Amino acid sequence: MTVPLPKLKWMYEQMVKIRYYEETMVAVYAEGKQPVFNIGAGTVPGEMHLAAGQEPAAVGICAHLQKKDTVTAPHRPHHHAIAKGVDLKRMTAEIFGKKTGLGKGKGGHMHLFDPHVKFSCGGIIAAGIPHAAGAALAAKMKGKDSVAVAFVGEGAANAGAFHETLNLAALWKLPLIVVIEDNAYGISVPKSESTAVKTNDRRAAAYGIPGVYVEDNDPVEMYRVSEEAVDRARRGEGPSIIEIETYRYLGHFQGDPEIYRNPEEVPLLRKKDPIHRLITLLEEQSVSSGELEQMEIRARQEVDEAYEFARNSSYPDPAEALEDVFHRAEVNV
Amino acid sequence: METTAERMLTGNKAMAEAIAQEMERDPNVFVMGEDVGKYGGIFGSTEGLLKKFGPSRVLDTPISETAFIGAAIGAAAEGMRPIAELMFVDFFGVCMDQIYNHMAKIHYMSGGSVKIPMVLMTAVGGGYNDAAQHSQTLYATFAHLPGMKVVAPSTPYDLKGMMISAIRDDNPVVFMFHKSLQGLGWMDPIDAAIGPVPEAPYTVPLGKAKVVRPGKDVTIVALQMMTHYALEAADRLAEQGIEAEVIDLRSLVPLDRETILQSVRKTHRLVVVDEDYRSYGVTAEVAALAAEEAMYDLEAPIRRLAIPDVPIPYSRPLEQRIIPGPQSIFDTVVKLMEE
Ligand SMILES: Cc1ncc(C[n+]2csc(CCOP(=O)(O)OP(=O)(O)O)c2C)c(N)n1
Ligand SMILES: [Mg+2]
Repeated sequence: MTVPLPKLKWMYEQMVKIRYYEETMVAVYAEGKQPVFNIGAGTVPGEMHLAAGQEPAAVGICAHLQKKDTVTAPHRPHHHAIAKGVDLKRMTAEIFGKKTGLGKGKGGHMHLFDPHVKFSCGGIIAAGIPHAAGAALAAKMKGKDSVAVAFVGEGAANAGAFHETLNLAALWKLPLIVVIEDNAYGISVPKSESTAVKTNDRRAAAYGIPGVYVEDNDPVEMYRVSEEAVDRARRGEGPSIIEIETYRYLGHFQGDPEIYRNPEEVPLLRKKDPIHRLITLLEEQSVSSGELEQMEIRARQEVDEAYEFARNSSYPDPAEALEDVFHRAEVNV
Repeated sequence: METTAERMLTGNKAMAEAIAQEMERDPNVFVMGEDVGKYGGIFGSTEGLLKKFGPSRVLDTPISETAFIGAAIGAAAEGMRPIAELMFVDFFGVCMDQIYNHMAKIHYMSGGSVKIPMVLMTAVGGGYNDAAQHSQTLYATFAHLPGMKVVAPSTPYDLKGMMISAIRDDNPVVFMFHKSLQGLGWMDPIDAAIGPVPEAPYTVPLGKAKVVRPGKDVTIVALQMMTHYALEAADRLAEQGIEAEVIDLRSLVPLDRETILQSVRKTHRLVVVDEDYRSYGVTAEVAALAAEEAMYDLEAPIRRLAIPDVPIPYSRPLEQRIIPGPQSIFDTVVKLMEE
């Protein structure tokens, strides 16, 4: 199958944007944490889970989504957020803990909410799956043809919420797609030591729904199987599971000593980089190197502007900590 | 005379040593949890155990908290002595049924015929901008529910001694360790996270608070990070001529009522400091105890410092606003002394 050229270009530009966003974050996160790493110090404190290498999962399916469709993401959410079209400036400001952020600095990198494009994420493993099912249920009740996508890591497929939700979604034929990013590890634990089946698409059989496994971090194959799953959901035929073999180039979180994996692993993975593969495909369709460069410049510029915006924004006033617990009400202290 | 230099350990190494010594002593003790093997626990609580005891007694689990905590209960009922790690206490939401409806109640419901000798260890605390789902202590949430002991040690010495007591205890014990007091290389270095720890196994009783600084003017009751902040505040108060007595609770269930009351009867003033939400919490419990049992010994109203009833915000100035610290403790005591 071939991806229509405009979609292929879109995927390329998004992947470049995501990669550059994450690489920039590596540097920004390190600010103020040297020479001694201290998780609570620096420009961006707290945990930081980056997704460099995992771009195909996000762009392959988001290429089929519209604003009306819902996406929920886990603790490693930047690639999904970018592919879904989350406001990059306000997202970055949120990660910097600034007042102009999506959550006015209250949420942080694991808790990004952009209702304009129906995006949310959270730090509790598998918790987003039922939320996506709920969005799918709402669409169904309102008679809309929108769908919901829940992104999770392969580790989340062992959580109760995953199984409970898939049964419920299959039973109610909800327009839900669960995308499992198999990056081979849940923190330090390899998939083979956490999961009784080799691939999680097999688990679809337990709920009588389709399940597919995309090998080798392939953005084009991801695009293809996503089209089927999204169309099926839009037609009202129910949920499906897509698992994609993907690669986590960086640590589980920044500062991860990565004692659990062979140092040679990542350089080998990087050799198969999905961005390079897309470049080859685009060149085959006679996209000029000039145009590719333009796309890259545009993507980088957007990212740079977002970081600039975040840096230049101010911190919230400490008193704002007491606001927003309830809708338009303040806490009495 | 024999002089031995005191051996200093970080909190995490003290915990891991306690577990290792108990595993050597009793073949029924084993550990399971996420990343407790090769990684040695995200907060170092199981460092070195896999190497020493192998994967049959140090089990990395899937991200299936209901399954492995429930399995710890089942194994404990069969005479094993499991230690299950819930990586962050904040994750209790996915497995609380096993904890409070089963682990905590089976002994009672069975009329004492089934015992559940297990330890549920879990990391608590904020202050490093990990936001709303990774920064809570939830002390009171656990302490509220009958049937499980709940302890929260504040020093490497107590981490080791109380872990050994917890493992040997025939009851389920929720063992809360504070992330900032583990002495981990990637967190803010804190002096209190390293301290003298004897090598030979020893126990520190569960259910006993400790007067960590004697004083005559005011009692400050605290636990974990708040104990250390209270000590900092007490140093500064001393410069102002105010002698604060600081009590480290160490244990929430059982609560050492006697130590608290004795101190209040001596100082006649009470401040309670907590890193948990304010309403229905530890501060309210201690204040109620003083009001019920030592009302006429008090010369001023009881003061409480805790997290106002808001989720923990991410941004640094917001988080600093809501977690009590040495300054807010100092200010509160100074004001109280004027009353
Ligand atoms: C309920 C729950 N348990 C444990 C954790 C701690 N935790 C955070 S990320 C993670 C590993 C997740 O692995 P996976 O789902 O494969 O996602 P990846 O990090 O590889 O993207 C764990 C165990 C959590 N956040 N929530
Ligand atoms: Mg994973």
